[in-house]
Amino acid sequence: MRKRGINDWIDPWLLLLLLTLLAYGLVVLYSAGGPVLVERQAIRILMGLVAMLVIAQIRPERFEQFTPLIFVGSVVLLFGVLFFGITVKGAKRWLDLGISIQPSELCKFTVPMMVAWIMRHAALPPDWKHVFGSLLVIGLCTGLIYQQPDLGTSILIALSGLFVIYLAGISWKLIIGGGILAVLASPVVWHFMHEYQKQRVLMFLNPESDPLNRGWNIIQSKIAIGSGGVNGKGWQQGSQTQLDFLPEHSTDFILSVLSEEFGFIGVLALFILYTLIIMRCLFIAAQAKNTYNRLICGALTLIFFVYITINAGMISGVFPVVGVPLPLVSYGGTSVLTLLASFGIMMSVHTHKKLIQQ
Amino acid sequence: MGKVLKQPIREKRLFQERAWVAMGIVIVVFLLLLSRYFYLQVIKHDHYLSEADNNRIKSHRITPTRGLIFDRNGTLLAENKTAYRLQVISEKAPDFVQQLDQLKQWIQLSEDNINDIKATAKYNPAFKPITIKEHLNEDEVAAFAVNQHRFPGFHIAPYLVRQYNHAEVMSHVIGYVSKINAEEYAQKDQSRYAADDYVGKLGLEKYHEEDLHGTPGMLRTETNARGRQLNQEVAVAPSHGKTLHLTIDLRLQQASYEAFGEETGAAIAVNPNNGEILAMVSKPGYDINQFIAGISHQNYQALLQSPDKPLFNRSIKGGYEPGSTIKPYMALAGLHHKLITPETTMFSTGSYQLPNQERKYHDWKRGGHGKVDLTDSLAESVNVFFYDLAVKLGIDRIESFLKPFQFGQLTGLDIAGEKRGILPSRQWKKANRDMIWFPGETVITGIGQGYFVITPVQMAQALTILASKGKINPIHLVKRDINTAYLPMQLSEAHWQAVHEGMSAVINAPNGTARALASDKYLFAGKSGTSQVFGKSEEDIYKKNEELPKHLRNHALFIAFAPVEQPEIAVVVVAEHGASGTKAAAPIAKKIMDAYMRIHHPEWWEATDA
Repeated sequence: MRKRGINDWIDPWLLLLLLTLLAYGLVVLYSAGGPVLVERQAIRILMGLVAMLVIAQIRPERFEQFTPLIFVGSVVLLFGVLFFGITVKGAKRWLDLGISIQPSELCKFTVPMMVAWIMRHAALPPDWKHVFGSLLVIGLCTGLIYQQPDLGTSILIALSGLFVIYLAGISWKLIIGGGILAVLASPVVWHFMHEYQKQRVLMFLNPESDPLNRGWNIIQSKIAIGSGGVNGKGWQQGSQTQLDFLPEHSTDFILSVLSEEFGFIGVLALFILYTLIIMRCLFIAAQAKNTYNRLICGALTLIFFVYITINAGMISGVFPVVGVPLPLVSYGGTSVLTLLASFGIMMSVHTHKKLIQQ
Repeated sequence: MGKVLKQPIREKRLFQERAWVAMGIVIVVFLLLLSRYFYLQVIKHDHYLSEADNNRIKSHRITPTRGLIFDRNGTLLAENKTAYRLQVISEKAPDFVQQLDQLKQWIQLSEDNINDIKATAKYNPAFKPITIKEHLNEDEVAAFAVNQHRFPGFHIAPYLVRQYNHAEVMSHVIGYVSKINAEEYAQKDQSRYAADDYVGKLGLEKYHEEDLHGTPGMLRTETNARGRQLNQEVAVAPSHGKTLHLTIDLRLQQASYEAFGEETGAAIAVNPNNGEILAMVSKPGYDINQFIAGISHQNYQALLQSPDKPLFNRSIKGGYEPGSTIKPYMALAGLHHKLITPETTMFSTGSYQLPNQERKYHDWKRGGHGKVDLTDSLAESVNVFFYDLAVKLGIDRIESFLKPFQFGQLTGLDIAGEKRGILPSRQWKKANRDMIWFPGETVITGIGQGYFVITPVQMAQALTILASKGKINPIHLVKRDINTAYLPMQLSEAHWQAVHEGMSAVINAPNGTARALASDKYLFAGKSGTSQVFGKSEEDIYKKNEELPKHLRNHALFIAFAPVEQPEIAVVVVAEHGASGTKAAAPIAKKIMDAYMRIHHPEWWEATDA
């Protein structure tokens, strides 16, 4: 037996990058929300880090083993929401089981895990049966979450599953064909969309049409970003943030705060950090010992990327406003816990890549 | 799933290929996103920075304080007083419209007021105060203060508003300010005026608007997204309006106003040595204070329809025939053109006829005045003497001689609204009546009738020149340095002396028309005149004007200066429908001069009283 080194417990590179990003996020949060929010968020981050390190010690085989079970569990919970959910602001997303939980958050893991589990049993590239089975899994969860209604999460969950199919090596022809089909289907989707969702899309297309109401957020966010310039206005010096012109500046719009106070240089630094994290995670995935591990790591990484893209695109007026936080930076417990847990899975894959081979 | 043939190496390679593609997509997407941020933060930075400042910084105007107006002795005539307005902030009182009915117990509010407030409330931001009522009276302020606890969100706010002291007496000089209207606002420099500013509408307030208004300052307020003020700084201090120091002596102004008693008319007192107007009244005046807050329709109609026309500024707008008050000027013209000398005599038979013409031009005295010289002709106001003189002068010489005395021209007095008089001439008649000049018109021009029209200020200017023996000191209301000019024609001292003596004889000679008014304190010179209200038939000429109904009676004029040797004050009085210059206008002029002398030469009274 060789001597166990640090790489057998954690991935030091990934940990270092994550800690840097989390610290950067807390600095911005301090300016956006003050010391009280920083304190609360720091506690959640610590909890998340502990969870990450614990998960990193679990053998990936365990996740694989329990995948069908937890997937079924999450679907049961989604049905539970459908019948017994708590309605908040017109949407039924929560389930009260002593503590309130949001099963759709759980699906962010269970759907890609389930699809990876299906692919693990296929010879890759997958044949149509496995692809069809995967699409059923994805469609079921996406549909249940969409009707809550929660358009943003349902799209993300659909994507997380589709990423697994992509990484499994489905042929490019099918990917392109599927893409064309999606574009053609969009009028149908529009027809079935809720009025407020249609409003969001319309407002995204022309935010100035309604400057004091729904368009306000995007306009103020763009002002915050643009007025930051190259070097930014300085920490705690952003007028858009400090004078409350910027909405939800601790949560969904925290990147606007960062842009205003640290300027383009600050944004660049953030994206470099994110790029390095994604590169490291894809590297871990590529080095993984089996297909399941590869697919789950790859899918979680790409979902992380999608989060970043949607949030950064939304607040700068490239995408419609969808309530997606900026990963590991926005204030909020669920997001940081689930993300750090997913990095825990990746670390587990990293630390366990060689043991079996021995 | 059954048994499948797995190919681990191939699967790994397949995954790595897909991961590379994914990484490529990640980098491309991130670069696209960064280019979006680069566009917003670098290329459009200036635009968004100014947007951010617009968000944050609200500029408020600091209304400049309007310039004060003082009389020559430093008595405050126009000032700015704190007034109170009731306001409400709808954010703090969402149901304030319902409370207005309750508020009516203490604050007078009409249905119109309430409807206006409701209309304003629809568009007014919740944090911005809405004015419920301006110019609260003391009772309203006190009543509201006691009941304030019933009206959360309501408050009383102070502001400055114009206040006139001695409003009625000073009304036609000062004019008034009132809220600027849309038309006026459109013509103003909008960096200096706000849509709810006060602006001079009449009189000095209008003429000196530029100086009085001042330039507003700017208050920069940093506000948050809800419009709440965070901090304020004065970015530009306002420059307040300039103070006006008038030439008017309030004491003399009051004396002049009171001298009219119940009569209507106008009086102007000028220092002929410097053109300073010491008093200028148009009777009746009115309370200019009621215009500031906006006069009620009812009160305004009452002012408009009053037969005494209180809103009409007779001093600058009233057009009157000069009548016999023109005679001293005619005498000067005759002397200057060597048509008469101080010794020239003529025989007045009571009428005058142009050669080969039927029409008789009458003396005011039936049967005539007999043999008269120049002094007698002025003292007794002998028409025939001046008919003859006018005909000898001819209309062209009359016009060119009188013009430098500013007849028929604007005096340029520093007050808004002056009307031009008429100095008759061939040219004027051609232009305005499209007719040639008839010789008979020259005859009546000699006694200041016909087309001749003067305004009291114009007459005051001419009298200033006459009293100062040819010095043209422009008359003015606001103290300033003036440049004395001189008449273009050289008039000898003897000629001036002859006319001054003639005017002195009007009061001080036994045959003077105003001999009843002679003063034992000082010597003054004068000349009465009658301004015809309607042309009269021949039979009516000798009819006593006093017997006619008042509104048909002639206007009475009197011009005077004193003391004769060294004139300090020149006075023009028009007593409307006063009928007789000597009986109606001259006593008013005398009272004004007495008031002046009592202020400036009290020793003359002490010496005799003792």
